[in-house]
Amino acid sequence: MSAPVSVVIVDDHALFRSGVRAELEGLVEVAGDVGSVEEAVRLVSDVKPDVVLLDVHMPGGGGVEVIRRVAETAPAQRFLALSVSDAAEDVIAVVRAGARGYVTKTISGPELAEAIVRVRDGDAVFSPRLAGFVLDAFAGQITEAEADPELDQLTLREREVLRLIARGYLYKEIGLELSISPKTVEAHVSAVLRKLQLSNRHELSRWAVERRLVD
Amino acid sequence: MERSVDRLSFGAGLGLIATGALLLADQRDVIELEIELFGAVVAIFLAGTGLALLWRRPSASPVAAPSASESLTVPDVASAPEPDTDRLRDLYRGGFGIALIAGAALIVLSRTGALDSAGDAILTILVAILALALVLAPFWWRLGRNLATERAERIRSQERAEMAAHVHDSVLQTLTLVQKRADDPRAVAQLARAQERELRGWLFTGDRAPASASLASALDEVAAEVEEAHRVPIEVVSVGDGPVGEPGSALVAAAREAMVNASKFAPDAGEVAVYAELSQDRAQVFVRDRGDGFDPESQPADRQGVRESIIGRMERSGGTAQIRSGPSGTEVELSIDLNGGAR
Repeated sequence: MSAPVSVVIVDDHALFRSGVRAELEGLVEVAGDVGSVEEAVRLVSDVKPDVVLLDVHMPGGGGVEVIRRVAETAPAQRFLALSVSDAAEDVIAVVRAGARGYVTKTISGPELAEAIVRVRDGDAVFSPRLAGFVLDAFAGQITEAEADPELDQLTLREREVLRLIARGYLYKEIGLELSISPKTVEAHVSAVLRKLQLSNRHELSRWAVERRLVD
Repeated sequence: MERSVDRLSFGAGLGLIATGALLLADQRDVIELEIELFGAVVAIFLAGTGLALLWRRPSASPVAAPSASESLTVPDVASAPEPDTDRLRDLYRGGFGIALIAGAALIVLSRTGALDSAGDAILTILVAILALALVLAPFWWRLGRNLATERAERIRSQERAEMAAHVHDSVLQTLTLVQKRADDPRAVAQLARAQERELRGWLFTGDRAPASASLASALDEVAAEVEEAHRVPIEVVSVGDGPVGEPGSALVAAAREAMVNASKFAPDAGEVAVYAELSQDRAQVFVRDRGDGFDPESQPADRQGVRESIIGRMERSGGTAQIRSGPSGTEVELSIDLNGGAR
């Protein structure tokens, strides 16, 4: 870690906010924490932290709404979704809105700090669970010839990287496994994130809708 | 039955319109309805149909019936908007029945000639009825609205009660246990995790097939079992799903053994990661721990776990098992063909 990273924690559970604050003590600089969408938009615009730690589920529109409203004035603001929610479509929605990754609340302090630094540096953070969701969302599409393959499909390499993340490999280990550098692994993950965010894929939205219907 | 009543009212409506036209023509002397019998038959038919509609209306309505029998089961939210359309249909039918009977009465009056002299009186009565209906309509409508709101409220409170019961049986109980065992961090963590898993299952995967039909559910279930027994957190990520046939159960059993091994030999190395890629005809499961690793080749023969329960089991079912171990942990890779295994 280089310069201290400034972080704002947004979560409607005060108990959880103070818990994260304590865990991140000495690892990053917590510039503030708030519990509602309104306050979050105001504080983030004021403080302009490096990274916003964002709860997926909150009254008043949740993480998606915070990202949407902050992006109106500060499109470059970086977000990392942090949640216990495992409903795939909610997680994917927050990532599609602009979060640069998703980690679960069971993550340890040092791991979280590392993820925050990674997001600050413009990289993506995929937990095994998120990798699973993304693979699920793009499942079965690899052989289809789609209109815009650049956006609509994951390359074989990207799928390999995602599968290794889902298997619990660290970026370093993925690099070793695939004989590529950790930086290249980062690049693949960022590419997947971009596809996830930019893709208007019919299939992806249909997948989300189907999941919402059955869940 | 619903259908037949609707068809009945449709036919009666056509009859009524035709009779109305005939009556009008008769009144204006365009044609002369000579046969007295015709009028009588039509009047009886119309009155009968109208009465049938009016009498059948309450029993044809399904609104009242389910509340008693279904109140014990999960309230069906989707059925909530139905009463509105049902009531509308009832109202429609009722009005139709009344119109039919009124039509029959008019025919009788017209045939007996009373209509000519009583014309003004009938008009007065009609206007009075219309005015009364206009006055009463808002009250009726509000009454109906109140009933609908009450019903929706009842469904909501049933849901709330169900939710409260679940939270009490699960979360509150666990919290009590957590307080009691606050001095044993491991037990607390395990309790919390088991509860989290349970709640998550209740909230998010209610739609998934049971473990007997879904490989993903079966893997989740064995992971929960192993976690409970060995108190090492196991994180299962699965993509897709597949059938639990003979090869599928072998895979689940082998995966279970791999999870047990990981929990036993790397108990303090954080989470065990399980990743499953499942489809209708192929399944692959990876179980990874972050322990110190071991050399699979040099395992003593008495360590049946790996050789017999994992590798042997997979091979007997036509699958494969590979074990890769190093200083940064061990990964067991299981692959199986879900169709080809039936030998």
